[in-house]
Amino acid sequence: MSQHAHIHSAPKRTKDADAALTFENLTLGYGDHAAVHHLDGTVPRGALMAVVGANGSGKSTLLKAVAGLLRPMSGRIARAPALRLAYLAQQAEIDRSFPARVFDLVSLGLWPKRGLLGRLRQADRADIATALSAVGLDGFSERAIDSLSGGQLQRALFARVLLQDADLILLDEPFNAIDAKTVRDLVALIQRWHGEERTVIAVMHDLALVRETFPQTLLLARRAVAWGETAHCLSAENLLKARNFAEAFDDTAPWCRSESA
Amino acid sequence: MYEFLIAPFVDYVFLQRALAGSIMLCLSSGPVGVFLMLRRMSLTGDALAHGILPGAAVAFLFFGLDLAPMTLGGLIAGLLLALLAGAVSRLTLQKEDASLAAFYLISLSAGVLIVSMHGSNIDLMHILFGTVLALNDQALMLIAGIFVLSTVGLALFWRGLVAECLDPLFFRSVSRLGTPIHFAFLFLVVLNLVGGFQALGTLLSVGLMMLPAASARFWVNRVGPMCALAVAFGMVSSVAGLLLSYHAALPTGPAIILFCGAIYALSILGAPRGILLTHLRRTRPHRAA
Repeated sequence: MSQHAHIHSAPKRTKDADAALTFENLTLGYGDHAAVHHLDGTVPRGALMAVVGANGSGKSTLLKAVAGLLRPMSGRIARAPALRLAYLAQQAEIDRSFPARVFDLVSLGLWPKRGLLGRLRQADRADIATALSAVGLDGFSERAIDSLSGGQLQRALFARVLLQDADLILLDEPFNAIDAKTVRDLVALIQRWHGEERTVIAVMHDLALVRETFPQTLLLARRAVAWGETAHCLSAENLLKARNFAEAFDDTAPWCRSESA
Repeated sequence: MYEFLIAPFVDYVFLQRALAGSIMLCLSSGPVGVFLMLRRMSLTGDALAHGILPGAAVAFLFFGLDLAPMTLGGLIAGLLLALLAGAVSRLTLQKEDASLAAFYLISLSAGVLIVSMHGSNIDLMHILFGTVLALNDQALMLIAGIFVLSTVGLALFWRGLVAECLDPLFFRSVSRLGTPIHFAFLFLVVLNLVGGFQALGTLLSVGLMMLPAASARFWVNRVGPMCALAVAFGMVSSVAGLLLSYHAALPTGPAIILFCGAIYALSILGAPRGILLTHLRRTRPHRAA
């Protein structure tokens, strides 16, 4: 089957057996205003996909909705059954002044396994140590999180994603304000996940890095400007199209009619 | 020394009761206060403490100064306030702190009005500032019950509370327990405030909850030890406050809270994370890596 997800194609009503995610006429937003408009398409299992677009183009909103944190205004997101999901929000969402150790933060990744009352077992501790080691944070287990640099915190958060052992991994601007060495290490981790046939979707700003690393790209400007193979998707023409959209919500904007059309 | 520190507690049953009651209160509300502070909800405790008043006042109107109905009334009013404020923040654009402030101002005025309609100023003082030196068996049992319930509840929700404070979006992505835990926690807050209300009154019960917690933050950087330290600070203040009020014939509730305040002031200045050590030392020892 084609690796491309087509835009503006009619919503698929039959579920694709190989799809990790299917968007059907998906509209997301806050209040009356749509941040993502009538999105249709399929993310195949095992895809490594970047979501690219200007600020306010709906990238983070889309990830939040996929993670189940935001209900669609209309349309729907179909997830493959029994899909285990890991969501890594932008770093600013974390309360870094909270008195926790790296261990406490990373062990949250075992929540789906252990829940509210389950105690960590010996094997869990070993898993946490392995995950910390995989992100290059050996010996950081007892460090307070407010003593970490931005890059170290991001490494710890990737260790948490590792522990979640998810089929679908959502990363929201994982490399914002992160030094080059850390980016390299974490990209290697993303590629390892890709090799393990996990589906990875990352909101990205660095187009060079996207071209280098991500086979698939979704270019958003509230609606999908282009979606498919990265080289094709990030053509000069598409990028120009994406740039020419109004960022601010417009209170006098006409009501979108395509729903009834 | 013995005369001054120990003898009062040996000689007077009412002081023993006051000590037992306030120590149980410290044990139960100290950790709750730590979580309130870490969730950046310190003022929520304050608002809820005021919200208890009209419930207690209505009960006072019908039953006089009687513990059981006033406790129940306070509990109902406090929970109603927490739910209303939560609902307003979820259903409208107003944030929870603003709606809490609005509701507690209304509650406080209504409460004071109701009490003064049918009681004297002394009754009002009792309700606002408590009567820790007149704790009867009933009151002690109530405080003990609340201590048990609160401790068990907090132990059950501990990991959920930590997860939700630390990284709320992550927690929402892996669990639907966020909202239930939030309300269960608010229930524990109201429960502790109602427990403290008999001893310290509505105005000061929040002091025993928040001041030791805020002080402990300056000393340690782990949640568990912070709770233990908050409990210890509360206990020291309770003993010192009881002794001061006994020897100097001063009102007990405010004396206890002022000792909490003194510990807070000392912590701000001298604790490892206080002003002197973090800002005034010109060069700080540091590790090579």
